[in-house]
Amino acid sequence: MRFDLSQDQKMLVDTAASFAKKSSPVARARRLRADPRGFEPAVWKQMAELGWLGLCLPEQVGGFAGRFIDLALVIQQLGATLVPEPILPTVVLGGTALVAAGDSARWLAPLAAGELQVSLAVWERGGRFDPTWCETRAEKSAKGWRLSGEKVWVPGGHAADLFLVAARTGGSPGQAAGVSLFAVDRAALAALPVQTIDGRRAASIRLSSVEVGADRLLGGEGQAAPIIERALEAGCAAAAAEATGIAQAVLDMTVAYLKTREQFGALIGTFQALQHRSVEMFVETELLRGHAIEACLRIDEGDQEERHRAVAAAMVQVASGGRFVARQGIQLHGGIGCTDEHDVGLYLKRMQALSQMLGDEQHHLARFADLTQTRVAS
Amino acid sequence: MDLSISPEHEAFRREVRAWIQEALPPDLKAKAEVDAHFEMPESTRWHKILHQRGWAAPHWPAEWGGPGLDPTSRFILSEELELAGTPPLSPFGLAMVGPLLMQFGTAAQKQRFLPKIISAEEIWCQGYSEPNAGSDLASLRTAATKDAAGNYVVSGQKTWTTYAQYADWIFCLVRTDARGKKQEGISFLLIDMKSPGIEVKPMLTIGGTPAFCETFFTNVVVPAENLVGPEGGGWTLAKALLGHERTLIASVGASGRAVKRVKRIAEETKANGRRLIDDPLVRSRIAALEIRLRGLQMANYRALAGAQHGKAPGPESSILKLRGSEVTQQCYELAMELMGEDALTWFNEPGVVPPIEEWVPSSFCYTRATTIYGGSNEIQKNVIAKYILGLPGK
Repeated sequence: MRFDLSQDQKMLVDTAASFAKKSSPVARARRLRADPRGFEPAVWKQMAELGWLGLCLPEQVGGFAGRFIDLALVIQQLGATLVPEPILPTVVLGGTALVAAGDSARWLAPLAAGELQVSLAVWERGGRFDPTWCETRAEKSAKGWRLSGEKVWVPGGHAADLFLVAARTGGSPGQAAGVSLFAVDRAALAALPVQTIDGRRAASIRLSSVEVGADRLLGGEGQAAPIIERALEAGCAAAAAEATGIAQAVLDMTVAYLKTREQFGALIGTFQALQHRSVEMFVETELLRGHAIEACLRIDEGDQEERHRAVAAAMVQVASGGRFVARQGIQLHGGIGCTDEHDVGLYLKRMQALSQMLGDEQHHLARFADLTQTRVAS
Repeated sequence: MDLSISPEHEAFRREVRAWIQEALPPDLKAKAEVDAHFEMPESTRWHKILHQRGWAAPHWPAEWGGPGLDPTSRFILSEELELAGTPPLSPFGLAMVGPLLMQFGTAAQKQRFLPKIISAEEIWCQGYSEPNAGSDLASLRTAATKDAAGNYVVSGQKTWTTYAQYADWIFCLVRTDARGKKQEGISFLLIDMKSPGIEVKPMLTIGGTPAFCETFFTNVVVPAENLVGPEGGGWTLAKALLGHERTLIASVGASGRAVKRVKRIAEETKANGRRLIDDPLVRSRIAALEIRLRGLQMANYRALAGAQHGKAPGPESSILKLRGSEVTQQCYELAMELMGEDALTWFNEPGVVPPIEEWVPSSFCYTRATTIYGGSNEIQKNVIAKYILGLPGK
């Protein structure tokens, strides 16, 4: 086992850290909350030029065929200043699904070049974080397929050019078999932008007898559940990496505050109650870092069972340890931490979003339990 | 970065596992099966068996009889021993005074003591804490004065001298100078437990097992050659030793074993017609515990990979004692809850509760000590706040 960075990884981390600090301080994320797009195309293009968008994509589509951990290291650094560009929705969720589906070069090449935003549309009302709870239907038509249904909280869906829509071609909600994935252009469906707690945006989408060509079916008919699972797991691992960057930033700003703020004639950092609380924040941050590293490494290393376990464990730690750090960050800043003008609240909100957008604590705990515990009753 | 384990290390793990199955005597194996408390003589027996195989002191250099294993192999060895539930070896000689003598002892002291520590011919205990010097160790008052012949004469009381009733030697922090700062004037002495003037009073632990002791010193004569390091330099040694101790206490293997026990109890216990393991609430509590253990394991691996590649311990290693001790406690807390009414049992005849439950109440009680010994968790937090987070002192 090795956990130190290679020379290449060090360069990647340095570039991302300096980008976050100089080109995208938190003030930028704050400003872009008011922007209907929520990010800047010029910056997205810059990220493509830096090679980040294609980092884990195949060379044939202009990618660098890197390991997932490389991308995760960048994401962690960008998390530290809440960089709002949609790497998680487009590159991780969209890109992973397209790669897993195979035969997707026509979309992956523009994705890597920064010319295409992709969103994975799987969640439905009534299906709590279960991607197989799919009531959206796809029926064979003269041209190919006709899709009808609704999806909610589609990450990055407000700005997506292409939606990867889960729709059922067989079976019934809750069954993995029969779920198919379709590439649908934005123009073909109705996307309603919605605001999210972290100052970003998603979309609710409605498909009313949307006609798509036969070539828009990704992967085999009824075979998309493993593709979607793979994409969601990559998304979770990336979320854990981003959460690590956020937790570290909150810890840093909180410790810095304890070293400057005075009350009762003393620096509040001398108070043992606050010292011990910040140590708890430090411990949870380190545990989160370990979970995130393991989950990210297991995205393309080792067996599937271990990947499932590592990803579920990491998401539980995001929800427990990660959110603990963010909440205590507010507490230790006192009243100023509860204002919109202080940055610490922005971190809390992003942490909360990360902990619930791809399965919440209960979901991942139950999943982990099913992976590690027997059931005696049938 | 990668999670791969080398084929050599995989093979070493298999070798250790197979050897334990063969070498652990049947009566100890039976106790391991129910995670019973091992008495000191049982630990010593197992120590001698391990010593014959060359594995009693995995972290000792070859010069002093260590097996010359790399950090990962050492970790594998200790993890497998813990996972198999083998008797834990007394840390006082192997992990504490031994390494300290290697670092600070004279050639004669090394020659005299180290071979008998590794062979378990001599058993050691620790004389640090006193009734009024616990977390505030530097307040210790056991006094050593010089007599006309140049010997030290020691008088005072030490507490938590675990297993002193079995010990041949005790290493002690004593006050040789009461003037000046309290950290100065402390010296490190090796004292023969057979010396006249030593009295040992064993105490039961909260777990009902005889481990703790109080040890009283009345004008005990100690030859000057048994001073380690310079007179008045004991505090430096004490701090170095606490460092050695802390790295031992993550106990991921032992907690892993405790989690397995929790799961077995959940699988084998029915409540109101349903197995506990089928209760979603129980399932999620076990999962949460196992995830905490997993996080700790990764912290351990990160510290280990650093050591394997020759790096100084990073921030991740400082959290091992803190969280490791808490996870151990949480395992037994959950086991107690899953046992329901059976959790009331206290050293009954076999058959009153299932064998897997028998020792849980005692262990539940005894593991309260894990967040206290080796520097309480509150002291650990003070240390992390100061040295890692750089928070200001008063």
